[in-house]
Amino acid sequence: MPDTAMPILDVKGLKTVFRTRGGEVHAVNSVDFDLRPGELLGVVGESGSGKSVTMMSLLRLLPSPPAEMRDGKVMFDGQDLLKISPEELRKIRGSKIGFIFQDPMTSLNPVYTIGFQLAEPLRAHLGMSKAQARTRSVELLQLVGIPDAERRLKDYPHQFSGGMRQRVMIAIALACDPQVLIADEPTTALDVTIQAQIIELVKELRQKLGMAIIWITHDLGVIAGIADRVMVMYAGQVVEEGPVGEIFRDPQHPYTQALLKTVPAVRGPREEKLQVIEGQPPIMHGAPVACSFRNRCQYAFDRCSEENPELRSVSAPGHRAACFLLDKASTPEPEAVNG
Amino acid sequence: MAEVETVAPLVKVRDLKMYFPIHAGLFRTHVGDIKAVDGISFDILPGETLGLVGESGCGKSTVGRSILRLYDVTAGTVEINGFEIAHVDRDSLRSKRPMMQMIFQDPQASLNPRMTVASIIGEPLDEHMKLSSDERLARIYELMDWVGLNREFAKRYPHEFSGGQRQRIGIARALALNPKFIVCDEPIAALDVSIQAQVVNLLEELQERLDLTYLFISHDLSMVRHIADRVAVMYLGRIVEVGSREALFAEPLHPYTQALLSAVPEPDPESERHRKPIVLQGDVPSPSNPPQGCNFSTRCPKVMDICRQIEPAVRDFGEGRQVACHLYSESMQTTAEPTAGDITN
Repeated sequence: MPDTAMPILDVKGLKTVFRTRGGEVHAVNSVDFDLRPGELLGVVGESGSGKSVTMMSLLRLLPSPPAEMRDGKVMFDGQDLLKISPEELRKIRGSKIGFIFQDPMTSLNPVYTIGFQLAEPLRAHLGMSKAQARTRSVELLQLVGIPDAERRLKDYPHQFSGGMRQRVMIAIALACDPQVLIADEPTTALDVTIQAQIIELVKELRQKLGMAIIWITHDLGVIAGIADRVMVMYAGQVVEEGPVGEIFRDPQHPYTQALLKTVPAVRGPREEKLQVIEGQPPIMHGAPVACSFRNRCQYAFDRCSEENPELRSVSAPGHRAACFLLDKASTPEPEAVNG
Repeated sequence: MAEVETVAPLVKVRDLKMYFPIHAGLFRTHVGDIKAVDGISFDILPGETLGLVGESGCGKSTVGRSILRLYDVTAGTVEINGFEIAHVDRDSLRSKRPMMQMIFQDPQASLNPRMTVASIIGEPLDEHMKLSSDERLARIYELMDWVGLNREFAKRYPHEFSGGQRQRIGIARALALNPKFIVCDEPIAALDVSIQAQVVNLLEELQERLDLTYLFISHDLSMVRHIADRVAVMYLGRIVEVGSREALFAEPLHPYTQALLSAVPEPDPESERHRKPIVLQGDVPSPSNPPQGCNFSTRCPKVMDICRQIEPAVRDFGEGRQVACHLYSESMQTTAEPTAGDITN
């Protein structure tokens, strides 16, 4: 992917806080990232790491209260999405930026036909007539590989299978030719053979339509197959980012390293014992003052509990990680520390 | 494990069928059946882990539940530790319950939110054993130690724990009565990646220490490859292939197993770039109206005419490898008797 191209989406210092009865939860803590035209950015992290909240914050999709966007800038098309009026934002949502949610059953409206839900963005954003919208809807369903498209427009979501519903979701997200598509765990609720179908479809559509995609998942295998660049999140922060090959071949952050080791493979040699990351992710009741991974990190040392590491560059271009180990002359070998 | 051939299986399932009736119309007449499990047979040896894989709706959880008689099975026999389970009356079944237990998928839903950890783990003890309160507490503490829960948490409620810890409570409860056989129904599906490995390692440790036998039901093929000794693959209510872990993952024979394995993406960008998965067309047919002939014939990339007419018989490939597919109809002999096979490989 061209490194020199201007980013289509540029996020700086994004901070989102939820105010709950049990106190504040800092879900997104100063997240910076950008997305270049035509690129597929994979966002990896466990539940609660803030990956979905980050993407929902970009489009101000979180209900407020309890969510509160404390800080940050989201530059898209020369505008700051966090500053523009709700009317202007509505013109962008679903037209220039499309969104695919994890669970196609709960994100489609069960009382409207698929045809109606497909036509809605077309009529609202592109001002199409009913007939035009209908023609385009049929095209879209054909594009995502739903057979007998014309007839299926009259069907309701429950008449589709899980994989087909996810295709409908993709069709709706693509309706207005978005420049950016945000896919939040689009295959997590699906079986592997259906997941393979959807991934092939997205690869194909990407070539055909050339949009930039943000793909959120916890499945490192999926990311390895489709992403150009990967961003690893932990406790609401980006702990590592870089080109996909670099992240998998030479992960720098101990969390990324551990994450890659805990997943057993279906091919190749089989591990006798699974590596584990002891403990569990923290709940952030305040802005991070120290490394959030230190309690689970086998390399943690004094400095890790004194300040919060910022992203710093690693040898390979575009590869950055937030870890103090990178400041040390050399990274310790895992074997030496395991003991 | 060299003398495997001489060991009698702990669990013996023969031609198990579990149909759920469909009632419709004003008079709720019986109009058909959902054939969730449609004639499956397998053995599990003592101390072994059999992995049962398949996609959602293929009937794998129903298999787990029916062999523990959580359902009244439609037909077939289930023998656990020499006792017939499938058709005995309630009272004699109750006395057999301690030896067979279950770990459920969702620890949130399978633990009573109003009971403390101690009362959840202690409930099976109250039901099946007569212990003094000191003995009971000692046993609860022992179980909590086994699964790595702090004893101080005995008085806490399930909502105070994380998903991984809740699953540990469910495991402790399943172990309370010294079972021989445990059905693990997607025990890690609801957990985060970094927590999954912790629970799987715990299950392996406990198996070694307590000499347990597992039926490990999962849709996660890489985890099954890690934990199981032998693997059975289900599709639409039937087992399409059984084999030792090494053989099955190295060289899947049934077209469905091939597609299933090839669909799993691998965390390696280099190999992913060149990998061409077998992408199946269409969706799984409804189990209330399975296709004629082979159940997989509607999606099979290697389908032949015969597949749409005749249901393939189970063929034995030796060393415990069995495949139900017409592709291998010549040269192989048909067998009705499932073998436990050689897990040493």
